[in-house]
Amino acid sequence: MARLNLSRWVVLGLAALYFLVPLAASVVFTVDVPGRGITFDAYTQIFSTGGFVASLLLSLGLAAATIAIVLLLMVPAMVALRLGASRLRPVVEVICSLPLVVPPIAFVAGIGTVLKWGPEHLSRTPLFQTFVAIQNPDFPFVLVMAYVVMALPFVYRTLDAGLRSVDVPTLVEAARSCGAGWPQALAQAVLPNLRGALLNAAFLTLALVLGEFTVAQLLGFQPFAVWIVNVSGSQAQLSVAVSVLSLLVTWVLLLALAGAGGRTRTASRG
Amino acid sequence: MTATLTRADVAPVASPKRRRRAPGWLAVLPLLVFVAIAFGLPAIAMLNGAFTVKDPATGATSYTTENLTNSLQGAYLTALLGSVKLSAVSAGLGALFGLPLAHVVVSSGSRALRETVLTASGVLANFGGVPLAFAFVATLGNAGVLTRHLGLSATGWDLYSFWGLVLVYLYFLIPLMVLTIAPALDGLRAQWREAAQNNGATAVQYWRHVALPVLLPSLLGGLVLLFGSAFAAYATAAAMVGSSVPLVTLQIADAISGNVLVGQENVALALSLDMVLVAGLVMAVYLPLQRRSARWLA
Repeated sequence: MARLNLSRWVVLGLAALYFLVPLAASVVFTVDVPGRGITFDAYTQIFSTGGFVASLLLSLGLAAATIAIVLLLMVPAMVALRLGASRLRPVVEVICSLPLVVPPIAFVAGIGTVLKWGPEHLSRTPLFQTFVAIQNPDFPFVLVMAYVVMALPFVYRTLDAGLRSVDVPTLVEAARSCGAGWPQALAQAVLPNLRGALLNAAFLTLALVLGEFTVAQLLGFQPFAVWIVNVSGSQAQLSVAVSVLSLLVTWVLLLALAGAGGRTRTASRG
Repeated sequence: MTATLTRADVAPVASPKRRRRAPGWLAVLPLLVFVAIAFGLPAIAMLNGAFTVKDPATGATSYTTENLTNSLQGAYLTALLGSVKLSAVSAGLGALFGLPLAHVVVSSGSRALRETVLTASGVLANFGGVPLAFAFVATLGNAGVLTRHLGLSATGWDLYSFWGLVLVYLYFLIPLMVLTIAPALDGLRAQWREAAQNNGATAVQYWRHVALPVLLPSLLGGLVLLFGSAFAAYATAAAMVGSSVPLVTLQIADAISGNVLVGQENVALALSLDMVLVAGLVMAVYLPLQRRSARWLA
């Protein structure tokens, strides 16, 4: 492998350049204001701007709910597909790929239409209260539902890749023949082998929810990404500062999640 | 010793078959129900709206293909074609640059490098939207840091153009490719490369006859993901180019929020349907290929 060293460094170097320069330039842009020299006003203003904490907490809450629901729905289904419900496999794959062919903007057009049915047709029924409840601005559950659907393709691919390297039937059978029940077999034999895939799925979902703008904005809610846009209409420096900060916040959260999940990854079988 | 062995041998023989059937469709059911509500309802609403017209005078609705016809004419058609072109170019370039990067990271054997790049990719793949647009405006926009310091304006550089958007889109498409292809690269056995080398194959031959055929379905899967992401991207373009590059997502958002004409909501739904049809065509090509990748990487 040593002979590949040079090309290896060239590839990594170019990638680093492309991905780091815009970030570095953004930082420069926010602190080096033409005509005013070095100033950190752009950053100090962010925290004094209203709504920062509230919108960030809302985004984190939405992300936590989305991750919990998508994993609870997907993990049992995916494991079951490996355990003999394989006839359902193409069905689940198609269903999880469907959100890919419905872009968020088209999805939100559909959601908006459904939500309009509430006042129009259902105002006399108990269902109407549900429509009101899922649109509560303090915690809009309708967004969680939308985000779970949007996360399905990524979560499916990640879990599928993880399950490929795990022999689920053998693991379960071994656990069962040692006297474990179904829940115990899944929790103690299968899930530990999927830790890397589960973490990846959680990462992707978290990043998706924190950065999601289209659905939230067009439905009129204000999580973090939408707040950034609303607050950044006025000044170029402030908007870029918030963008840099939002990336840093996302980074820190993902690293914290990675740390909490432990550093062990499933060893690849040679 | 022997006693424990025989007991373990005898016990599980009859049970697995009967027990295996239990969790099958029951475990899949909650997923199906959830998708039916959260995804099926909006999809049906979109279809229904795309084919209905409300008479402004009487308020009566009637089924018609008028919306679809409108959505395939004039400015709407230009926007749709613009989106397809931008997505195809960005996805192709994203795959082209993403594959070598993922390969270097996976084959380096350095866990630190791998963790860093994959975590970074997880962040950057979803660093679309407005923050990304602002970061590039600060870097390469008309008053951007690089534009000023390198005097790019004189060379005719314009971020608010087709190629400017491609450059920005690659920022989240390349990481997406890395995330998509890394598991498949993990599945490439070291023995295959050794076997190829022992038989006198060059690196190029190994890639052409062994690695690429195995990776091809995953590569195509990545391309589809990238195309879908670029095709669906809205916030980045909205914040950056306004309307200087015609894109279908911008048209839909305008129509939903009634910026253009009042009562265009159903044309927006028809445009949404157009988008779904384009993306659906790509998927129809991709799904059969996807099944092949499992054969090698199992």
